[in-house]
Amino acid sequence: MKIAVTSIGGGADSEVDPRFGRASAFVFFDTDTGKYVNVDNTVGVNASQGAGVRAAEAISQLGAEVLITGHCGPKAFRTLRAAGIEIFTVSSGSVAEAIEHFKFEELTSMSSPDVGGHWG
Amino acid sequence: MIVAIASGKGGTGKTTVAVNLALSLSGDVQLLDCDVEAPNAHLFLRANPEGNDVIGIPVPDVDVDLCNQCGECSRLCQYNAIAVLGTGVVVFPELCHGCGGCTLVCPEKAISEVMRPIGVVEEARAGQLWLVQGRLNVGEALVPPLIRAVRAKKHDQGMVLVDAPPGTSCSMIAAVRGSDFVVLVTEPTPFGLNDLALAVETVRVLGIPHGVVINRAGSGDDGVKEYCDAEGLEILLEIPDDRRIAETYSRGLALVTNIPETRPLFASLAARLEALAPVGRGCRAEKGLPRAHA
Repeated sequence: MKIAVTSIGGGADSEVDPRFGRASAFVFFDTDTGKYVNVDNTVGVNASQGAGVRAAEAISQLGAEVLITGHCGPKAFRTLRAAGIEIFTVSSGSVAEAIEHFKFEELTSMSSPDVGGHWG
Repeated sequence: MIVAIASGKGGTGKTTVAVNLALSLSGDVQLLDCDVEAPNAHLFLRANPEGNDVIGIPVPDVDVDLCNQCGECSRLCQYNAIAVLGTGVVVFPELCHGCGGCTLVCPEKAISEVMRPIGVVEEARAGQLWLVQGRLNVGEALVPPLIRAVRAKKHDQGMVLVDAPPGTSCSMIAAVRGSDFVVLVTEPTPFGLNDLALAVETVRVLGIPHGVVINRAGSGDDGVKEYCDAEGLEILLEIPDDRRIAETYSRGLALVTNIPETRPLFASLAARLEALAPVGRGCRAEKGLPRAHA
């Protein structure tokens, strides 16, 4: 299973970016191989609008089944839901720590958007 | 002849100039209130614009049975209004600018267009003056298509005045584009000067002749005049900083019908603009406006 985590700068030791659509990067963690892969999000960062929609589509196409981020707005939430991606939130810490919290089932699944549009 | 009244800064007196200029011109005058987020020229004309001309933009409607999720539509959309997921397609009509591109590129012909209303165009007759205004739906963010619909109501004869929305963004450009002349209204303050310079740069790019009206002249500083001097901009009119003008405005009344001393001011502006109109020529043909750039 692939887990996408929003990241400031990329890498397992980077901080989780609290923004989803305009996160500086995504780190994909594959639970089968235990490997981390960085995914650029320049398109989302520079999007004139709908950054969350574009980011949700991108991580869906890359096969993410789980997303860990800080916050999620209404359009991103709707798109992620439609793609069948489960959303978990963390308030701080590194990407690797977020993955550990997820593995130990310490994160709660998000059932509704927690910020308005244009939050990030 | 089409004259647009615009300004970089809001609240400088665009509508005051547009309304009082409209009342000072002779012959047929049409006033197009393109400040569709806050159309207020009708207040000063005691007119009640009516009409049920609903303006909408085409947004995609995807037939899920025909869609094979190839993603061409999403790759084309610069506004991220359509997302193609392994599980289906999600459309966000509120993000769509109505360019119609997704419908064109869909190889499966799975996308048709449905109209999403964004506002209405209303009209009223006030004496010799014909008023047309756009009124944007509350909460709507997409403005240029409605402004273009108001602009499309222009008469081919006589003077057409366009009351533009403030700023120098897409909505201001949609309102002033295709005009023969732009009157830039400003105030003699650092804010007025800063935003006047932005507006001047914008109309220069659009290639439209322009001049400046200084409202509340006598207050503030000399920055605007010095700028106009340095840039070779004609100061068409100075409206004095006068308490009676502010009071008349705040009662929702026209200046020229209530303060006799203001009549020659707007009469001279009207004469100046009428002199610019080419003899024996109606309005300049509207240039083709790109549909997608909203």
